[in-house]
Amino acid sequence: MHIPDGYLSPETCVVFGAVMIPVWTVASRAVRKTLSVRQVPFLAVGAAFSFVIMMFNVPIPGGSTGHAVGGVLVAILLGPWAACIAVTVALVIQALLFGDGGITSIGANCFNMAFVLPFVGYYVYRLISSGSPVGSNRRIIAAGAGAYVGICIAALCAGIEFGVQPLLFHTANGQALYCPYGLNIAVPAMTGEHLLIFGWVEALVTALVLQFLQKQESLLVEGGIS
Amino acid sequence: MTLTRKLWIGIGALIALSPLGLILPDHFKAGSAWGEWGTDEIQKMTGYVPQGFQQLSELWKAPMPDYAFQGWEGKDIIQLSLAYVVSAVVGIAIIAIFSLLIGKGLAKKHV
Repeated sequence: MHIPDGYLSPETCVVFGAVMIPVWTVASRAVRKTLSVRQVPFLAVGAAFSFVIMMFNVPIPGGSTGHAVGGVLVAILLGPWAACIAVTVALVIQALLFGDGGITSIGANCFNMAFVLPFVGYYVYRLISSGSPVGSNRRIIAAGAGAYVGICIAALCAGIEFGVQPLLFHTANGQALYCPYGLNIAVPAMTGEHLLIFGWVEALVTALVLQFLQKQESLLVEGGIS
Repeated sequence: MTLTRKLWIGIGALIALSPLGLILPDHFKAGSAWGEWGTDEIQKMTGYVPQGFQQLSELWKAPMPDYAFQGWEGKDIIQLSLAYVVSAVVGIAIIAIFSLLIGKGLAKKHV
């Protein structure tokens, strides 16, 4: 889901950069209010986790690959705004150092994976887990469901961003200037592979790690790490 | 052992296992992720290279492209796995430093 340079028009990149600047500003303010000094090391672990889990490319035999993002897990443990910052740090380093995701598309990639994914996932988790005791199975299921929905909606966003390119940006004779595939191909491809495979990977990783943490540190998970 | 230390050990285990993310796609002959093709692949799939794509796609030369070293495109899977682990260590070191700095800059001083 790391959109490289060249797939989105400069105009699209400016729009997503412009959307993300206030998101990052609000995230900084929210984290300033809620993150305690003791939680700072967990922010670093969260960013590191998101980075390394994205390196586990899962193959569709003979087809494409995809991976989990880990953003919903970080959102459940530290809150969605902290997750936004943690995943942003991971995405920026991936783009700059490893060329994974473009420089021009950092805004769009952060919108999808550092904003939409953790927030959608977090609120689905809250909705399903509300009222359930800490350590209950419902919380684990809620976490898996949140992770699944979060990454699928993020993939839908990426599919739309890819798919509008040939509609909006083409030469006089109709040849695409950037992403060559329209909504009719990009949206089913991006959402389909996440609904069928990578969404389950994100769900499994999130649920398993949360269950492990609940067993190890039962105090940990009431409203996240505190 | 503190919880933070336990979690970092977990991250270390993931770093050690990370080459699976390279070896499994290679084994199952899976190609690029959707929408992450290079110029040659786009040419092959669509019969042309979009003009704007051509201008923008080479904009940034990453120091460790695709989690390997520069010029390592043709190396075998064992060497690439090693580079993958080195990339994970380097990436996580930098990410940890930046997140700690950002976190310390933002976190409330009490508690």
